[in-house]
Amino acid sequence: MNTTAVPATGEPAVGKNSPGAARGPRRPGRTRRTALPYLLLLPALLLEILIHLLPIVIGVAMSFKELTQFYLRDWGAAPWRGLDNFRFAVDFDTPAGESLLRSFTTTCLFTVLSVGLCWLLGTAAAVFMQETFRGRGFLRALFLVPYALPVYAAVITWSFMFQRDNGLINHVLHDQLGLTDSPSFWLIGDNSFWALLIVSVWKGWPFAFLIVMAGLQNIPKELYEAGALDGAGVWQQIRKITLPSLRSVNQVLVLVLFLWTFNDFNTPFVLFGKSAPEAADLISIHIYQSSFATWNFGAGAAMSVLLLLFLLLVTGVHLFFTSRGRKATDA
Amino acid sequence: MAAPRSFVWSRRIFLTLLTGFVLLPVYVMVSSSLKPLEDVSSEFRWMPSGLTIRPYFDIWETVPLAKYFVNSLVVAGAATVCSVVIAIFAAYAVSRYRFRGKRLFTVSVLSTQMFPGILFLLPLFLIFVNIGNTTGVALFGSRGGLILTYLTFSLPFSIWMLIGYFDSVPRELDEAALVDGCGPLKALFRVVVPAAIPGIVAVAVYAFMTAWGEVLFASVMTNDTTRTLAVGLQGYSTQNDVYWNQIMAASLVVSVPVVAGFLLLQRYLVTGLTAGSVK
Repeated sequence: MNTTAVPATGEPAVGKNSPGAARGPRRPGRTRRTALPYLLLLPALLLEILIHLLPIVIGVAMSFKELTQFYLRDWGAAPWRGLDNFRFAVDFDTPAGESLLRSFTTTCLFTVLSVGLCWLLGTAAAVFMQETFRGRGFLRALFLVPYALPVYAAVITWSFMFQRDNGLINHVLHDQLGLTDSPSFWLIGDNSFWALLIVSVWKGWPFAFLIVMAGLQNIPKELYEAGALDGAGVWQQIRKITLPSLRSVNQVLVLVLFLWTFNDFNTPFVLFGKSAPEAADLISIHIYQSSFATWNFGAGAAMSVLLLLFLLLVTGVHLFFTSRGRKATDA
Repeated sequence: MAAPRSFVWSRRIFLTLLTGFVLLPVYVMVSSSLKPLEDVSSEFRWMPSGLTIRPYFDIWETVPLAKYFVNSLVVAGAATVCSVVIAIFAAYAVSRYRFRGKRLFTVSVLSTQMFPGILFLLPLFLIFVNIGNTTGVALFGSRGGLILTYLTFSLPFSIWMLIGYFDSVPRELDEAALVDGCGPLKALFRVVVPAAIPGIVAVAVYAFMTAWGEVLFASVMTNDTTRTLAVGLQGYSTQNDVYWNQIMAASLVVSVPVVAGFLLLQRYLVTGLTAGSVK
């Protein structure tokens, strides 16, 4: 494979310039050397500007404007409102601010519970399945099914199961076990929080399972052998070797799970439709509803900006605490 | 070493319960898709009163499912191909070269992954509407526009993961190719890409899956002709009836391709994750 001919494109051979690799006397031309990575990056850069940078700039600009349906065709002409949208969003004495605060706290509670349960189930399953046993490969594939199923197909099935009159959940709880006096509502009212949590955990834990499984492969066998020699039983090995070795994997995993769950729109949207019940009104749905139902895009943008600041803060704090003691990896 | 009984029993109980939890919706999906409408409209039954495969024929009539299927396939496929191809170049540059702004680039790519889709939805919506008004290019409601919005999540992920995969390909391989007189692009496509195939497959599968399951952009950025499965599936609920048996049949039909593809390729995904993100 290495004996390839001179490239037909006629490009001069550009030497590698990996750090510390001083192989051979060849010194490629300076301009060439600096231009190439930028050329390779160009398509990605252009797209990043178009789909990320520009929307964020516009989003921030929108949050300072009175952007209603009248100005949609030409949003640049929308009147400037300064910080009014932000005041509107966080004025907790008004219905709008109050509902934003409630949605925010609901989302926080929901995220903590969902991420915790996903992590717990995923880690337990991965640790239990670390050693081979009969049917392990089959189970592993099976456990990935919730992850692979398209959100709308999976969540719509759950919504069928949560139907009051013809759903499986009430059939089991009420008809078969007699635990409730009358069939409960699951998709409206306070129960909706728990319904959403169950669906979210069902959909999310296989990702934790996948990541932890990958992380387990990196633990050297010798550690376990040494542990066994020292007389540590399986449970002790899990506590003393497996879990501590997973620390850096967990740091990444929990952050990713947090961001996904906190930002999740698909699950509540398919489960509840355009407006979620109060108890399960996650922030993404809330912003969607505030923007598209009332056509108050300025307020929606202000909420998005606040959400973005919050996520930046959380991620920053997380990175600060996890990167301490870890070597800087990259130039 | 032999595991103690307590471990074996805990494992059995835990894995059995977990299997039940995982399989419950799958069972409901499969069994309900084989029930007549009266069955799914009245009290839930574990077993169908009469097996029928009618829903599998009706789903194509009740809503234009085939059209939605094609839309989803085109949008998810194009988003996947675009993001993987563009990410291969970008990841190669980041993995193999030192250049000014590299850290800024990687950090910005990483940070866009944490932004909620809703943040991009409103501005992109406005951009598309405005482009449509000024140039007459109808991005809003078009497949092209939807593909573009899907890149907001698939591109940063692909770049980020591919950097990890490319880093795990020994530098000596492509350095040898460069010494042999290959251009950098040739070294990339002859050496690095083949060596990173499992990672590229994993990234592609992942990008396709997320695009196939995306709901938010699909529900705002599509119209009657470009609607994807995510939105189309809502068509089985009418004012009078909710055709649950058809919904379940359609869900199964749209799930089988991705689930099968994922299970076939999950080996690569796990290998890839080990090599890439988790180090």
